[in-house]
Amino acid sequence: MSQNVQMTLGKMEAGQAGTVIQILGGRGLNRRLEAMGIRPGKKVTKISSMLFRGPVTFRADNTQVAIGFGMASKIMVEIDASA
Amino acid sequence: MKILLMGNPNVGKSVLFSRLTGTRTIASNYPGTTVEFTKGSLKLGQEQAEIIDVPGTYTIEPTSKAEEVAADMLREGDLIVNVIDATNLERNLNLTLQLLERPVPVIVALNMWDDARHRGINIDVARLEELLGVPVVPTVGVTGQGIKELVSRLSEAAAPQVIYSSSDERWAKIGDIVSQVQSLSHRHHTWREVLEDASSHPTGGIAIALLVLVATFFIIRFVGEGIIDYVTDPIFNWLWTPLLMKLSLALGSGGFWHDILVGRLINGNIDYLQSLGLLSTGLYIEFGVVIPYIVSFYFVLGILEDVGYLPRLAVLMDTLMHRLGLHGYAIIPTILGLGCNVPAVMATRILESRRERFIAATLISIGVPCAALQAMVIGLVGQQGIQYVAIVYGSLFVSWIVIGLILNYAVKGFSPEIIMEIPPYRFPPWRVIGEKLWLRVYSFIKEALPIVLGAVLVVNVLYMLGVFDFIANIAAPVLTGLLGLPKESVVALAIGFLRKDVAVGMLAPLGLTAKQLVVSTTVMAMVFPCVATFVVLARELGARDMLKATGIMLAAALIVGSLQNMIL
Repeated sequence: MSQNVQMTLGKMEAGQAGTVIQILGGRGLNRRLEAMGIRPGKKVTKISSMLFRGPVTFRADNTQVAIGFGMASKIMVEIDASA
Repeated sequence: MKILLMGNPNVGKSVLFSRLTGTRTIASNYPGTTVEFTKGSLKLGQEQAEIIDVPGTYTIEPTSKAEEVAADMLREGDLIVNVIDATNLERNLNLTLQLLERPVPVIVALNMWDDARHRGINIDVARLEELLGVPVVPTVGVTGQGIKELVSRLSEAAAPQVIYSSSDERWAKIGDIVSQVQSLSHRHHTWREVLEDASSHPTGGIAIALLVLVATFFIIRFVGEGIIDYVTDPIFNWLWTPLLMKLSLALGSGGFWHDILVGRLINGNIDYLQSLGLLSTGLYIEFGVVIPYIVSFYFVLGILEDVGYLPRLAVLMDTLMHRLGLHGYAIIPTILGLGCNVPAVMATRILESRRERFIAATLISIGVPCAALQAMVIGLVGQQGIQYVAIVYGSLFVSWIVIGLILNYAVKGFSPEIIMEIPPYRFPPWRVIGEKLWLRVYSFIKEALPIVLGAVLVVNVLYMLGVFDFIANIAAPVLTGLLGLPKESVVALAIGFLRKDVAVGMLAPLGLTAKQLVVSTTVMAMVFPCVATFVVLARELGARDMLKATGIMLAAALIVGSLQNMIL
C-alpha cells in the first residue's frame, strides 16, 4: 500500500476528502473541535476557503463547520487515495 | 418543576420550545452574564412546570461564554429534555452521554426526524432507547409531530448515571452506538445542498450576499411603506385627527394643557411632525413612522435568522471584519443594530475578547443607524431625493470602516479566529418567526414609547421656558462654523440623546436645505447613541471604556459633519 498524501485542511482543494490524523493546536483548540465532533479519525470534506486566507469551510458528517485559516492550518488530514 | 431544553446549537430547540409552551413565552436575560434564554410554562396534569430554552451547547465542559451559561443552568434543572438533531447523531450524542452522567433525569427528543429520513438516514429508535437507557422520542418541531408523545413520556425520564473515565472512552461508546442504530441509504444531492455549497463559495457567496442585501432592503421598504400607506396613515388621518381636533376645541384651542397634549396648531390644523403634543407628535412618531419599519425589519431579520443565512454571512465577512479588529461573527450584532442599538450592544457579548466587544460596540454606536432613526431619515431626507439618503448611508458606512481600521490599529490585543457551525438551510418555521416578531415589536414599544413621550414632553416644556434659545446661542459657533447648520438645530441634536426618531422629527420645522439635512442627520446618527444605548454601553463596557467610546463618537461626528459641509 502506497503512502497517502498528508496536508493541512488549509491547503486542501475544495472538494477533496480525507481523514483527520492529528490536530497540532493546543488543548483549547483540541477541546473546541472535539466538542463539535472533529477529532482524529473523522472523515472531512473541504467545501471552500475564502480569499485572502479567509475562513475554511468543510463538512464532517452532515455538519458544515467554518474555522479560521490559522486553525485550519493546524489540522492534518490524510487525503483519500481516490480523490 | 424546572424542565431544561438542552442540545447542540441549531437542532431546532426553539421550535420545539414554542410547540411545548404554546405562545406564553417571555424573553429574558440570564442574570449576571450574557446570553439570552427563553422561559415558558407547560401544564403537566395538575402541575404547572417551568420550561427553559437553554442556549445551545456542544458540551457541558464549557469552552465558550454561551456554554458557561448552559453549564450553570444545568445545576438548577429537575428534568432535561435533550434535543438531538437526527441528521447528526454522532456529534449530538457527545452532549447526550455527558448529560447521562449526571443525577438529573433525561428524555431524548430525536428532532428533525423528517429531515433525517429525507437525507437517507435511518435510526433504530427502540435500539437507541435500549442503549442509552432513557426514553427516545422522534419529533418534528416544525409540524409538531411527536410532541404529544414527548410530553406523555416525560415521567419516564431516567438518570442512568453512566460515567466515562475519559473523552476517548466516551467517543468510543458513541461510535459503538451509532454503528448499531444508524444505517444510511443512498440519496441524491438536493437543491438545498447545492445552494448551501454555493453560498460558502467565495464568488457565489458574494453574489448571493448582494442579492440577499438588495432583496432585504426592498422587502423592508415595501412592507414598511405598505403598513404606513394602508394601515397607520388611514388610522391617524381618518380616526385620530378628528378625535384630537375635538379635544383641541374642548381645551379651548390653546393654553398650557392644550399645547402639552395636542400641541400647537399649524394653520389651524394638527401637523403630526410639528405640533409636538404628546397625543399628536408623540404617538405619531412612534406608531405612524417607526413601528411600521420596526415590524418589517424584524420580520425580514427573523426569516434570515431562521433560514440559517446569518452564519454564512459571518464566514463571508470574516476577512473584512478581521481588518476592523473583529471576526465574522460580529456581523450578527451589527445587523441587529440596524433594528435597535440596544439589543445589538448586548449581543456583542457573544464575542469572546474584551477588545472585540469594545470595537464592535463602538462601531455599532457610530456607524449603524437603528430602524427608528432610519425610518425618520428616509421619511425626511428622502423628500429631498433618494440620493441624499444614499449620502447619509454612504458616510456612515465609510466611517464604520475607517474607524474600525483605526481602532484595530490603536487598540491592543488581537482578535481570535472564527470557529462556528454552519447550519443547513431550512424552511423558516412561520410559527416561531411570528412569535419572535411579536416579542421583539412588543418589547420595542414597551421600552421606546415612554421615552418618546417623555422626550416630546421635555422638548415642549423647554421650548416654553426658552431654554433652547440659550443653548443655541452657546453652540452656534460650532454648528454654523463647522457644520453649516442653523443654530436652532442644536435643539434637535440635543434631543437626539433622548430619542433619535423624535430628534429627526424636530428638524422638520426648521426648513433646512438638502445639504443641511444630510449633515444634521449624519451627525445625529454618529454623535451620541440614545440614552438607552448609553446605559447598555456603560453596563457592557464599564464607565471608562464607555467614555472612550463617547470621545471617539464626538470626534468622528464633528470630523465627518465638517467634511460633508465642505465637500457637498
